[in-house]
Amino acid sequence: MVKWFKPVVFLACLGPLARLGWKAYNNALGANPIEVITHSTGDWTLIFLLVTLAITPLRKLTGQLWLIRYRRMFGLFAFFYVVLHFLTYIWLDKFFDVHEMLADIAKRKFITVGFTGFVLLIPLAITSTAGWIRRLGGKRWQLLHQLIYVSAMAGVVHYWWLVKADVHKPLEYAVVLGVLLGYRVVASLLPAGRTRATAPTRSVQLPDSV
Amino acid sequence: MLIKKSAVIPSSEITPRSLYLNRRKFLAGAAVAGAVAAVGSRLDELATPSLTVDADAKIDGVKKSPLSTTEKITPYKDVTNYNNYYEFSTDKYEPAGLAKDFKTRPWTVTIDGLVSKKQVLDVGTIIKMAAPEERIYRHRCVEGWSIVVPWVGFSLSELIKRAQPLGKAKFVEFTTVYDPKQMPGQQGRVLDWPYVEGLRLDEANHPLALLCFGMYGEALPNQDGAPLRIVVPWKYGFKSAKAIVRIRFSDSQPLNTWNKMAPNEYGFYSNVNPNVDHPRWSQAKERRLGEFLKRPTLMFNGYDQVASLYSGMDLKKNF
Ligand code: HEM
Repeated sequence: MVKWFKPVVFLACLGPLARLGWKAYNNALGANPIEVITHSTGDWTLIFLLVTLAITPLRKLTGQLWLIRYRRMFGLFAFFYVVLHFLTYIWLDKFFDVHEMLADIAKRKFITVGFTGFVLLIPLAITSTAGWIRRLGGKRWQLLHQLIYVSAMAGVVHYWWLVKADVHKPLEYAVVLGVLLGYRVVASLLPAGRTRATAPTRSVQLPDSV
Repeated sequence: MLIKKSAVIPSSEITPRSLYLNRRKFLAGAAVAGAVAAVGSRLDELATPSLTVDADAKIDGVKKSPLSTTEKITPYKDVTNYNNYYEFSTDKYEPAGLAKDFKTRPWTVTIDGLVSKKQVLDVGTIIKMAAPEERIYRHRCVEGWSIVVPWVGFSLSELIKRAQPLGKAKFVEFTTVYDPKQMPGQQGRVLDWPYVEGLRLDEANHPLALLCFGMYGEALPNQDGAPLRIVVPWKYGFKSAKAIVRIRFSDSQPLNTWNKMAPNEYGFYSNVNPNVDHPRWSQAKERRLGEFLKRPTLMFNGYDQVASLYSGMDLKKNF
């Protein structure tokens, strides 16, 4: 892939935030700006989680090995947006009322699940560096990073539980996630040679199957 | 009451009320003559000069009401662009566009059930039953946001008294129009259409309960429930049914749409109550559109005068 491609993708990933910022600046976030920000950052968290999870299947199905180099970036953007999402919640929604926030996390199923999804991403973000991969070793790192499956599932359930009646959007996410996770189940059942054929030898530095 | 296209006629040219009333008598007389020809129709329907109302029309002769709040009114732009109106869309920003061409004339409302005067009334007749008042009410959505709206209408009791409910009648049920061709949201099955809401008769007769056909001094915009809706300010917004085509009196509690859809989340009463949380979120606070911080939600949305309707009732059980 061309050298400038990665920075371009990086900037594109900041697009949703830039768009929110631009709209906020122009007073164009509508009647309930805080809701728009919460929803937008939540949506993009989920989208980036799914994009991250799509890398491995795409790479294996297309044989495009370079894709793997974008996986960490997308995963970190998922984390970036969930941090914004969470900040919106504690700042704009709860105004740093820790007591209220804890009550919410304990009492509201959809917050409990969302919070779980968020907390699970923290160790993944921390250990996303090459140094940590080396320290943990490929196998253990890989195992740890399977938490993204749980986090994404938590994200979908979170969305499902928060809508009042119209589950069609969470359903779309659920279907995509189902396909991405289903692929892994099927792949793990197939003879190893077939799915591993294209695995790169650099797997210690960039372990696959996550 | 006069309803005129706001842009066209300067207020200096608006017909004086006395003159207008004379003309109205004349029209009514003409209508009586016409009634002979119209089989099975009722006098009060025909007396309607159907030339009066269109959307965007200014409503004249609106009296201020002592029931109004003095709180800051939410901007018109927000109240008309942020709507929970699932008949059009579950997205709050879409009804404004999707309801643009919704036809609110001709429009009739069926009044039936346990009343001595079962009838089909033209909406034009209904809105002339009593003098229009401006009622500035707080409006609290079950989702945790609120607005302050200058509604135009009169107490629902005005209509109820004319319908003459029988002694057995204990509840009133309101049905929203079912017209999937015009209401794209009804083409899906998000809710069980048509939308049904209900009140206990004594709730419906409370002076605060408003039969509403306007806001901000004009006819109701389509996305806010034109041509006729109710506004029950001490209850969560979904109790205030929009685009009403039927008002039925009964002796049994109506099964309102949201209650049917999720009985553990949305009760029949659905009074605004900061102490009873929605199973999935807190109702203790609300975001007033336009405000940065949430404000505490008030019992009965601050309309304490309705408390006596529920004396002796466990409002945690009857949520
Ligand atoms: C992996 C973690 C998470 C994901 C994927 C996620 C995703 C989402 C999505 C997709 C939405 C709905 C957006 C829409 O309606 O368009 C949403 C809404 C929301 N999320 Fe999250 N979220 C996560 C974590 C959290 C956390 C940690 C909190 C707070 C503790 C939180 C609080 C909320 C709130 C308050 C809403 C809005 C609810 C409403 O409007 O009723 N989320 N989230």
